[in-house]
Amino acid sequence: MVKPPQFIAAMTGPLDETAARHMVTRTPQTEALGFQFVSISEARGAIRAPWRADLVGDPKTGVIASGVVTTLLDHVCGLAIRSANAVPQGTLDLRIDYMRPARSKADLIAEGHCYKLTRTIAFVRALAHDGDPADPVATAQAAFALIGGGA
Amino acid sequence: MSVEATPAGRLAAFLARTPYIAFLGMRAELAGDEMTAILPFSPHLIGNTLLPALHGGVLGAFMEMTALAQLAVISGGQRPAKTIDVTIDYLRPGRAMDTYARAQIKKVGRRISSVHVEAWQEARAKPVAAIRGHFQMPVEG
Repeated sequence: MVKPPQFIAAMTGPLDETAARHMVTRTPQTEALGFQFVSISEARGAIRAPWRADLVGDPKTGVIASGVVTTLLDHVCGLAIRSANAVPQGTLDLRIDYMRPARSKADLIAEGHCYKLTRTIAFVRALAHDGDPADPVATAQAAFALIGGGA
Repeated sequence: MSVEATPAGRLAAFLARTPYIAFLGMRAELAGDEMTAILPFSPHLIGNTLLPALHGGVLGAFMEMTALAQLAVISGGQRPAKTIDVTIDYLRPGRAMDTYARAQIKKVGRRISSVHVEAWQEARAKPVAAIRGHFQMPVEG
């Protein structure tokens, strides 16, 4: 698919904290979900999804819906790729394992690591937790297609 | 006879009791035993404003909710099934338009079920995304 030039210009600059914060909080869907920027470092990124009553999956438990976790993990994978100075064109596949339910009314934090870049593909792992990264709520493995050949 | 004794009643109850489904704006229709889920386009579903395209997470979540809705139709429990794992394949960009999905239940077990879902926009034969997932069946009582 041909990309409009302005899209490439907007997405290929170096990812400083301002750009990363914008990517996390200013996409219509992530803004609607209330995502908050946590951090970036080399090939890594982290995002927080604050608990909200309208994002619950099962009202009897008050746990955030697994669908929110899907979007959180997909987005943190994209952030990790940008932190590795590559530009994701789109997700090829995303595998998510749900280890356990999140705690009732708990915020979720996702951490992603882009551990391998080829000329065309980024390989990423991510997890979501509700306070302790050693006891994740969900883990993810994804492959993304890259724009412009990557790093 | 309670409304949840019919497939249509069970589907309506599942859609109504899940706040996140209202957040997405998702609906579903039942024709006999075939359910079609509908995600009407809305600006808040966009993940890339310059293409524009639906957020990949939204497509994945929509298909996962379609699987859970289909399981609610056949199982009739008061509680939803729980997702164990999903594998999402992204086949085409999700454009800024309505999206549809249908689920195929590949196996229903007492404890675990396996479900495939495909989502499409303009043409059923050109799916935009698909998932395979395993779901823990609700324990009643």
